[in-house]
This record gives sequence, structure tokens and C-alpha cells, in this order.
Amino acid sequence: MSGFEARAAAALADPRKRANVPRFAERAADNRVRGLEGVDIEALRAAGEAARSRAIDDLPALLDSLQAKLEAAGAVVHRAATGADAARYVTEVVLRHGRMVVKGKSMAAEEIGLNERLEAAGVEVVETDLGEFIVQTAGEAPEHIIIPAIHKTTDQVRDLFEPLAGRPIGEDPAELTAFARDHLRSRFLEASVGITGVNFAVAETGTIVLVTNEGNGRMCSSLPPVHIAVMGMERVVAELADLAVLLPLLTRSGTGQKITSYVTLLNGPRRGDEQDGPEEMHVVILDNGRSRVRQTPYRSVLNCIRCGACQNVCPVYRQVGGTAYGWVYGGPIGAVLTPLLQGDQELGHASSLCAACDDVCPVKIPLHELLLGLRRDRAADSAGALERLAFRLWSFAWSRPRLFRLTVRLAGRARGPLPLLRRWTRTRNLEVHR
Amino acid sequence: MALFPTCLGQALNPAAVRDAERLLSAAGVASERPSGATCCGQPAWNSGFVGDARRVARRTLRALADAQTVVVPAGSCAAMMRLHWRHLFHGEPEQELAERVSARTFELSQYLVDELEWRPPDPATRSEVAYHDSCHMLRELRLHDQPRLLLAAVAELHELPRADRCCGFGGTFSIRYPDVSTAMADDKLASAATISAATVASADPGCVMQIEGRAARVGAGVRVVHLATVLAEAL
Repeated sequence: MSGFEARAAAALADPRKRANVPRFAERAADNRVRGLEGVDIEALRAAGEAARSRAIDDLPALLDSLQAKLEAAGAVVHRAATGADAARYVTEVVLRHGRMVVKGKSMAAEEIGLNERLEAAGVEVVETDLGEFIVQTAGEAPEHIIIPAIHKTTDQVRDLFEPLAGRPIGEDPAELTAFARDHLRSRFLEASVGITGVNFAVAETGTIVLVTNEGNGRMCSSLPPVHIAVMGMERVVAELADLAVLLPLLTRSGTGQKITSYVTLLNGPRRGDEQDGPEEMHVVILDNGRSRVRQTPYRSVLNCIRCGACQNVCPVYRQVGGTAYGWVYGGPIGAVLTPLLQGDQELGHASSLCAACDDVCPVKIPLHELLLGLRRDRAADSAGALERLAFRLWSFAWSRPRLFRLTVRLAGRARGPLPLLRRWTRTRNLEVHR
Repeated sequence: MALFPTCLGQALNPAAVRDAERLLSAAGVASERPSGATCCGQPAWNSGFVGDARRVARRTLRALADAQTVVVPAGSCAAMMRLHWRHLFHGEPEQELAERVSARTFELSQYLVDELEWRPPDPATRSEVAYHDSCHMLRELRLHDQPRLLLAAVAELHELPRADRCCGFGGTFSIRYPDVSTAMADDKLASAATISAATVASADPGCVMQIEGRAARVGAGVRVVHLATVLAEAL
């Protein structure tokens, strides 16, 4: 079994995951549809695509501008070429200030394995997004870009939270949330450093934008004396006006909301006369392969705003969840991004090419086309040697009508290369209508 | 006019190809099966083997060169020929021919409804039928109404919940990841079980092969057939 096939098999063997992932993904997809009622989504998508493409085209200049504005406001900017570099920098900053970190949701931090790195250095990291907190408590990884605990229901959360609480909590979501809120409150106050991700970074103004529904991002970025924001370099947008397009695209595509409960715009650390905010603010700009991808035909994948809409409609993701894709990004965006950033070429095949993702992507990334491109790359690579031979034989036979008719007759009698045939007939009949 | 039976049609569903022929003839069009046409090349194209896709598609393209019109009783093959052949043959000696044939190629229901403006005659009895969308037919060719119009003329048409969700066939995907593919077919069967229609029709032999093959294995009480077969039965 290949990597994806084995991981998918494990996911398919988990009955709770199989029940929960499609249920909640479908709810999110339906919320998106409702959230788009009365919205000229095609116009908004076109504007979103334009804003994101412009940002990726101008990426080097925009990052320079972002850095200059942030530094002028008193923030420290670190450009990290690799995940290891980013993790090392963050660990150094944290260790200068203490051993306790509160953290908001960040896929970039997941990407670089930040929690493991910090924990290895003796730092306690507490996830403060409720979904991430659940997943962290379970010792698992997020199954969805914006709904990390999509695979869990309240009874499972109860079983995770009650040992922490040392008392019965029950299954009521309000009670479970109240516990988490109470549990996390003291952590916010104790922490010496808050780490968050970044939804958008505005080059024009040097603004870091956080989009949350729980307010935890705001707490992480303002309560502890030090705030570290970790961003993939492609989070940058040119100007504040771009947010008028991209914020509603993100929230409506992700959760169907017109706007989330909290949208936080940060412009540097606390200034002399201000009451709130961290004394120190660090912004880590992570490359980790992105500038390489930017020079390839796959550039448009960098337009992604991490809304999760493609996951919610993906019929493959529904079955296996996000971690089956083997890295931090699941679903169609993971099947494209992971081979490009991390090198698992097989993932380009982890799709039935149904193209449902293309229709919902808020910034019109041609995911289906990019998946095909990855398959072409793999076909040309040694990874596809056996397969290449098989297709050679196939095209030899099927470009000759007589051989074609022969193979077709055999196929109609369920005769063919046995291992391939068995991969069909193990779970399905081969029905023939003569 | 050429009726291109497609590889799956020839191998697994010759009945549907004959039914398509009967439909075309009922609509007043005589069709021929082009000799030498094999496959549109999609299995290799979707797997990334462009050269092999071209090698096979070239044979089919040449066989279709003289046809005034090409009708395909398979949504995804029609999408391959109408949309992807121009990329497949770009810069090749056959580029111009491929563009010409692409422009003359139609999926069966698209041809009957949009080109011929044909509707089936009223049937003696009306069965209950639901329609499952082929991914590429729906999202690449954007053919949603045409098969439904035809089915509604001969049957009580029920809307299959999430009719647009992939059945898990996906060509080579179905044998590359059989367990995931099968789980997707089970989703489709579960959706079919929520409605009273006893028949699910699809305009793609691949979808029929997948959904029917799984239904037969698990004993799901649903009949899965090609659109052409449902329509021809009502003639």
C-alpha cells in the first residue's frame, strides 16, 4: 500500500471519524451556500483572485514594504527561509522571556512543527483556539484547516476535558466551552509569550490581521508581554482596501459568516502612551519553499486564503479527513500544496478529479488543473516507472483497433491484469450490459 | 453522424450504445459507429501520461475525421474531447483537426436537447427515476438540465440528494485507491436510499460501472443504468 492509501485505510477504519468528518464538513459547506445568498459571488471571486494574484506577483516588494512599516512601528521582523529557521528563531525569542506560551491557530506553525520544537526546548505551549485545544489535549493533529476538531463530537470532547477538569462536565457544548474558557483564562494571564498565525498582512500599512470567532487571537496578541506572529510569506496583500474583498470571501467561504466575531488589526507593539498590547512584537515571515513555488506553473496555489471550502466539498476529504494527506494541509489544497512544499508526489493522485473544489475556491485556484500538472510531473519522474510501463503497453494496444477490440472483449469477461482487476472486484462487481 | 461508443461503452455497456443508437434514430438521425475509434485517451491524460493519451486519442481522432457530428454517450469522454483535446494536440500535426472535431462533438443528451431539440414521446407508463451527475459533464461541460429534461419526459424524475457529488469512480482513481473510491460509492448509494426512485440513471458509463458494481455487491435495492437505456425503454 502506498502512503496515502495506508493512511486513508486507517481513517476509514475509524468509525467516529467517518461519521463526524462528512457531517461537519457538509454543515460548513451548507453554511457557505447560505452565506452566499444574495451575494454576487462570481464578482467577489474575480476581485479576490485579482487581489491575491497582484500580491503574489509583487511579493518581494510587498514583503519589503510590510517589513519596513512593521519595523518603523517597533516590531521585529524575521525572514525565515526554512521551517527549521523559523522554529529556531521563535524558540530563541520565547526562551528569552519565559517557559509558557499561549498560542492561537496557525497553519504555518503546524507546518514547521513549532509546538514540538518549543516543547523539546522545555516550553509549555497551550493551544487557545477551542478546536486546537481539543486536538492538543487528544494528542492529535488538526483534521481541517479551520475546524481542527471536525472529527470529534461533544461526547469525545467531554472524555478529553473531564480528566483535565477533575470533575464531571457533561456533553453540553456550552458547559464544555465554559470549562475551556475558564481553564485557558489563567494561562493567558500567566503566559510570557503569545504566538498567533496571520490571516492577512497588509503591506501598505504594516498591519497584521487576525480573524477569529473566539477572541483568543486577540488575547494571545495583547495579554502576554511578547507577541510572535508567524506567517507564510504569501499572506501579504497590497493594501487595506483588499481586505474589503478578502475578509468577506474568507469568512463566507469558510463558515458562511458575513464577518467573524473578532477581526483584529495589529500595527506593531504597544507604544509609549498606550494602555494595552505587548511590549515586544515579532513577525516571522516564512518561506519554506514558497518562493520556489512562485517561480513554477503552480504559482496560483499561493493565492490560497486558507478558508477550507475546498475541503468541505471534497468527496475524498469527506471519507478520510485531513491527516490522511500526510502533512498539515488536507483536502484538495493539501493534495496540491504538500507535493510542492514537502515533496510527497503521490498526493496529486489523492483526488477523483471531480472539480467540486474549483467551483468553491474563493480566489479561483484551478485546483483540478494543478492536480493534473502534478500527475504529469510524477509521470515524468522515476516515481512513476512501473506505471509508465503499464501506460506504454496500454497505449500500444489501444492505438491498434484490433488489439483494442481484443482487450475490450477480455475486459467484458472480467479478464485482465489480475492485480488491477482485483482492486476493482474486491469491493465491487463488474457488471456488463451486453 | 458518428456515435463514438467509448472504451467503457464497448467493453461493459454495449447495450447502452445500442440504446443511444435507437434514440438517435427515433430523433430522426442515422448514426454510424466509426471504425477504428478506440478511446479518447482520458485514462492516461488524467494520470499524467500525456504522450500515451495522445497516442491513443490520435487513433480515435483520425477515425472521427470525416464525421459531420460526433455524439458520445459518456459525459467525461465528451468533456475530454470537447475541452482537453485542444491541449492534447496543441503544436501537433493534428492540432487543426482536433479543434475541428472537438467543436463537432456532443454528449448524447446535449445533442438531443440542444442540437436536435428532440423530446422523447410520452411513454405508456412512467417509472420513478433519479439522475446522478457525472462530474466532468456537470462541472466541465456544464450540462445540468439536458439529461434531466429528457428523463422528466419519460419518468417521474426525483432529484437525488447531492446528485452532483462524485460517485468515486474517477477512472484510474477507482483502482488506485479502491477503499476510498468504494466509500464514495457507498455515500452515493446511501443518498439514493433516501428517495423513492428505484432507478438511478447516469450519462457516464464510468459512473454506472462504479455505482452499479457497488450496489450489486452490497445488495442495494437500486437499479443503476445508463441514461440512454432508461430513455430507450420508454420508446
